[in-house]
Amino acid sequence: MTPYEFIQRDRDQHPPALTPDYKSTVLRSPRRPLWSLDTSLSEVTGPRFGHDALGPLDHDLILNYAQGGEPIGERTIVHGWVLDEHGRGLPHTLIEVWQANAGGRYRHVNDTYLAPIDPNFGGCGRVMTDEDGHYTFRTVKPGAYPFRNRVNSWRPAHIHFSLFGSGLAQRLITQMYFEGDPLIPHDQILGTIPDPAARSRLVAALDFDFAVPLDSLAYRFDIVLRGRRQTVFENKLQGA
Amino acid sequence: MKPFTRLRETPSQTAGPYVHIGLIPAQAGLDIFGQSLGDRLAGPEARGERIRIEGRVLDGAGTPCTDVLIELWQANAAGKYDHPADRQERPLDPHLHGWGRTGTDFRTGVWAFETVKPGSVTGRRGRPMAPHVSLYLASRGMNIGLSTRMYFPDEAEANAEDAVLNLVGPLRETLIARQESRDGLPTYVFDIHLQGPQETVFFDI
Ligand SMILES: [Fe+3]
Repeated sequence: MTPYEFIQRDRDQHPPALTPDYKSTVLRSPRRPLWSLDTSLSEVTGPRFGHDALGPLDHDLILNYAQGGEPIGERTIVHGWVLDEHGRGLPHTLIEVWQANAGGRYRHVNDTYLAPIDPNFGGCGRVMTDEDGHYTFRTVKPGAYPFRNRVNSWRPAHIHFSLFGSGLAQRLITQMYFEGDPLIPHDQILGTIPDPAARSRLVAALDFDFAVPLDSLAYRFDIVLRGRRQTVFENKLQGA
Repeated sequence: MKPFTRLRETPSQTAGPYVHIGLIPAQAGLDIFGQSLGDRLAGPEARGERIRIEGRVLDGAGTPCTDVLIELWQANAAGKYDHPADRQERPLDPHLHGWGRTGTDFRTGVWAFETVKPGSVTGRRGRPMAPHVSLYLASRGMNIGLSTRMYFPDEAEANAEDAVLNLVGPLRETLIARQESRDGLPTYVFDIHLQGPQETVFFDI
């Protein structure tokens, strides 16, 4: 018997590996079905991170790379709750984010898009959820950018998110979009998710309750990681 | 009492070509955080046999992918994970965290970790699992992260009894590394094939 097993992943919430409209998946998608694994200690455990791993400005993308000035762009607060599938807040959970600058350019050696690098913007940050599972970080709103897929493929404004829960099986990488972005229905990456209801859960809502008057707008993005199975009858069923 | 809630897991999206910015900023050419995560897999004083694990990630055309994030998770040499869910009565190793992260090289596509060889961890029904490391891959063109395991070729006896290797039957060879030596350091080479006749077994964990 393995303590703390997770509810099995509902693959219908996720994109399949092969989605030819997003062409890069064609050569990078496994063709055999995944093998379902009976959970062992190797999957219920995983890396843990302490608040001491983070620096005081890691969650402030306006200041964490500032070189004597502040980045150009709409000052934006992103916040939300990280919950499990039972609706419980997940405290002390690491979130890492990265994004393009307001012009749609990443500070990355491989990004050669025409838009300029912003000297005051790095484009990455990290934050841990608090005791209730709530997180907040501050940034400038990223710009849309074109990518090589169709002749005119543009990514809507988005922020990349990476999360660790308490076990390897909860590992999740995803992207957050902004309510009202006209590029959303045209995006071949968001379009890899078949279920429209699932897609809509990646679109953060404008949230005036969290905005700072005369300073920053706010968006709310809640994130759900897998929950643990109830284990009351575990011993009997497994006979271990 | 809290009303019954059942939420749906947030959908996955590709990590994209610029995953390095967020998760391995040094590779993106970005010096930003005081402490980068994932470079303390095994300290120099970690107990056990020091080894190197390396490989490539090959796409369906056999081309090495040069933009893949790889994360490794392993038990220490005594076969214990640094995690409270591991209740085995075995010693923790203060010098082994057991988690590392890297990216395939932009030019060669090679990824590598230096660590110590993990011990055998007790699996389901009290049966020992053969020593292995868990790997997680994410990149452009992967809509959801891929999970696999790497086993060791010099553990034939344990491998023969391993429930996971036996589950995948004839595909077990795709999960077992090849042994080489680099400057006297035992090196396990593990190429991950995303497609084709040698397609690596990936798990729904
Ligand atoms: Fe992006």
